[in-house]
Amino acid sequence: MLTILKVIKNRFEQGHRTSKYPEENINLYKRFRGLPIVNTNCDPAVVQQCAAACPQEAIDTDSCQIDLGKCVFCGLCESLSKGKYVRFSQNFEMGTAARNDLLFAVSLPNLANHSKKHFKKLFGRSLQLRQISAGGCNACEADTNVLNTPFFDLSRFGIQFVASPRHADGIHVTGPISKNMQQALLTTWEAVPDPKVVIASGACAISGGPFYGSEDIVGDLNSLIPVDLYIPGCPPHPLTTLHALLQFFK
Amino acid sequence: MDKMDKFLRVHNGERVNRSAIPHLSFHEFRNELLAFTVAGGQVVQFFAYRDNKDSSSLKLLAVLRNDKLYVTGCDAPDSFASLTAVTEKFHLFEREIGEQYGLKAEGHPWWKMVRYHRNCTGKADVFGNDYSEDIPGKYPYFEVEGEGVHEVAVGPVHAGIIEPGHFRFQCFGERVFHLEIQLGYQQRGVEYLLQTVPLKRLPIIGETVAGDTSIGHGLCMAQGIEALAGLEVDQGAKVVRTLALELERIANHIGDLGALSLDVAFSPPAAYFGRIRGDYLNLSQILGGNRFGRGLVRPGGVTQSMGEEQRQLIQEKITELTPEVEHVNDLIFSTPSVRTRFDHTGKVSQQDAERIGMVGYAGRACGLPYDARVAFPTECYADLPANSNGKIDGDVASRADVRREEVMHSTGLINTLLARSEEARTYTPQDIRLAPDSFVVTVNEAWRGEASHCILTDEQGNILRYKIKDPSFHNWTGLALALREQGISDFPLCNKSFNLSYCGFDL
Repeated sequence: MLTILKVIKNRFEQGHRTSKYPEENINLYKRFRGLPIVNTNCDPAVVQQCAAACPQEAIDTDSCQIDLGKCVFCGLCESLSKGKYVRFSQNFEMGTAARNDLLFAVSLPNLANHSKKHFKKLFGRSLQLRQISAGGCNACEADTNVLNTPFFDLSRFGIQFVASPRHADGIHVTGPISKNMQQALLTTWEAVPDPKVVIASGACAISGGPFYGSEDIVGDLNSLIPVDLYIPGCPPHPLTTLHALLQFFK
Repeated sequence: MDKMDKFLRVHNGERVNRSAIPHLSFHEFRNELLAFTVAGGQVVQFFAYRDNKDSSSLKLLAVLRNDKLYVTGCDAPDSFASLTAVTEKFHLFEREIGEQYGLKAEGHPWWKMVRYHRNCTGKADVFGNDYSEDIPGKYPYFEVEGEGVHEVAVGPVHAGIIEPGHFRFQCFGERVFHLEIQLGYQQRGVEYLLQTVPLKRLPIIGETVAGDTSIGHGLCMAQGIEALAGLEVDQGAKVVRTLALELERIANHIGDLGALSLDVAFSPPAAYFGRIRGDYLNLSQILGGNRFGRGLVRPGGVTQSMGEEQRQLIQEKITELTPEVEHVNDLIFSTPSVRTRFDHTGKVSQQDAERIGMVGYAGRACGLPYDARVAFPTECYADLPANSNGKIDGDVASRADVRREEVMHSTGLINTLLARSEEARTYTPQDIRLAPDSFVVTVNEAWRGEASHCILTDEQGNILRYKIKDPSFHNWTGLALALREQGISDFPLCNKSFNLSYCGFDL
C-alpha cells in the first residue's frame, strides 16, 4: 500500500485523542497515589510507626504533617496504618507557590491565588521554558516530555519547552542537583533573560528526593536560586505538572 | 554449586558465603579473567571493595558469564597491569575501579575518569584531577588535527527534555571521525548511599537508579535482598513482577520507535506512539499506582496483588492497543524515506560488539543473542518462550527491528501471564536482617539489557559493598563506535536507536 494511504488509514484509526482537561476533569485509576488524606486525629502510636518506617522521613509525628516535598508517594504509610493515618486520594492537583505549603495535613492553598500577578500578566498567554535535568533519573523528565504528546498537547495552552535559555521565560528543573551539574544549571539560569521563573519539579529538586543526605548532590534547588513554583511527586504525574502550570500562569 | 579451581559457579540471585569465593593471587586472577574473556566470556561485574568497613585493605571481585555465572576474587594491588591492554571488555570497569578506589591499571590504553569524583580511600587521584574545579575540569579529550578537521562540542545541557552529558565530535566536514562521550554530570553517589543508609531507604533508591528502568533495577535489588534475608516470593507476586518488567519494556520500546520516526522527519508515528506509550505507562499505574511501576516491587513480593479487576482492565487495553501498535509499526517500517535513513546507518560490527561486551537489544541487533531472561531466568521467565530476532546487521534498522519484534513478543508474554490464575498474597512490610559475610549477584534483562546488582555483607550482616551495573555501562561505547564515519546529522538518530541511560551509568 502507498505510504500516504497508510498514513490516512492510521490517522482515522487514531482519531482525535486530546483530552478536554481542564474543562473536563480526569479521573485517575483508584490505585494512583495522589494528594494524601491525612487523619490528624490518628492514634499517635500509629503515626509514630509510620514516621519510623517512612523511607523519606517525610512524616512529622507532632503535627501529623507529611512533607510532600520529600514524599515519594510509595504508599507505605497507607498500608502500614491500614488507611487509619493516611489514604492517598486520586487528586493530582498538588503544586504550590511556597515550600512551607508542602508541609501538608489538611489542604493545600489555592495555587491560582498565590501565584505572582506579574507572572500571569507576563507569561499568561505565552510561556517558554528551558528544562534542566540536574541528576534527574529520567522519570520526571519523561513525564514532563509527555506533555508534548497529543493527549496533553501542552502547546494548545501557549506553553512550550524550548532549546535555548535565551528564548526562555524560565527554567523547569528536575533532579537532586548533582554537584557535577551545579555550574551548568547556574550558567543556564543566568542565560535566561529577566524577569524569569524558576520551577522545581519532583521530590529531588525540592528536597533531594531519594538521594537526600548524599554528599554528591545539592538537594534543594531553592538553596541555589529562588524557586517560584513547586511541583511534588516522584515523578509528578503529567497532570500534576499541567495543573500547576495552568493555575500558576493562566 | 560447581566449584572449579579458580572460579566459583553461582546462580543468579543465590546467596553464597564470601569465604567460598576463591581468593587468588593477583597474578592468577588476572590470567584467569583474561583466559575466560578471550575465550568469549563476558564481564558482568568487576569492582573493588574494602575487606571490612574499617580496613584499608582492598579487594577485587569479578563476576563473569558464559552460559553460566562465575565469581572470583583477589587482593587489590595499588597498581596493576591493565587487563584492558589485552581485551577491551575490562575498559570501563578498570577506569571505574581507578576512580572509586584510587587503584591504577598500568598500561590502560584509555586511562580517563568515568564520572568525576574523588575516590573513597583518600589515595592520590589516579587521573590527576583537581576536584575543586567543576566538571569538565581538566579532561584530555581525544583530538584530531589537520586541514579541514574541526571539533563539535555538545552538552552537558542538551536541546530537549533530556539528561545531561557531554559529546565531542572530531569531524571532517559533515563526516565524524571520532566521538568521545564524557558523562558523570548525573553522579548522585548512589552506591555509597546504599552502603550507608538504613535498609528502609533501599527500595526507593533502587527504583530511582534509572527512572525508565524502575522495575529492572527494582527487581535486581529486591532479588538481592531476598537472597540475603532468606525471603520467599510467592508465584502470584512473580507473575506481577514479570508483567511489570514487560510493560516497562514495551512502553520504552514504543516511545523510542516513535522518536526514531521523528528523527527522520516522519512525524505521524511519533504522535501516535507518543500517546500509545502513555497508555502502557497507565497500565503500570493500574497495576501498582505509579506510571513507572514505583512502589510495587519490594523485597519479599509486591505491594499490590493483581485482582480480577486489574487483570481485566489490562487485558482489555492490551487487546485494544495491539492492532494499533502493529499498524503504526507497519507505517514506520514500510515507508521508503524511513528505510533509507535507518538502513546501514550507525553500524556496529558483531566483532566490535563482542569485544566491548554490548548487551540487550543493541547487542542482539549485532548478532549477540544474549538475553538474561533466557540465560539466567528469574521470576516467571523459565516458563516463558524466548524471542530470537531475525535482523542482525548492527545498524539503526536492526536496532529498530529488534525492538519492534520485542514489543510483540512482550505482548505475547503479558497475555500468557494474564491468563495465569495465581494471586499474590497480601504484602506486609517486615523487619529484615541480612545474612553476614555473604555475597549475591542478581541479573535481569531490563529493557535496555543486562542490569546487575552485587551485594556483599560484613560479619554483622551490614552492607559492605553495593555495586550496580546498568546495561548502559557497556553500550555507551557502542554508540561512540556507531558514529564513526557517519554524517554528524545522523547523531540524533543513532543516539535514539541506543537510547542509553545517563543516570544509570553515572549512578
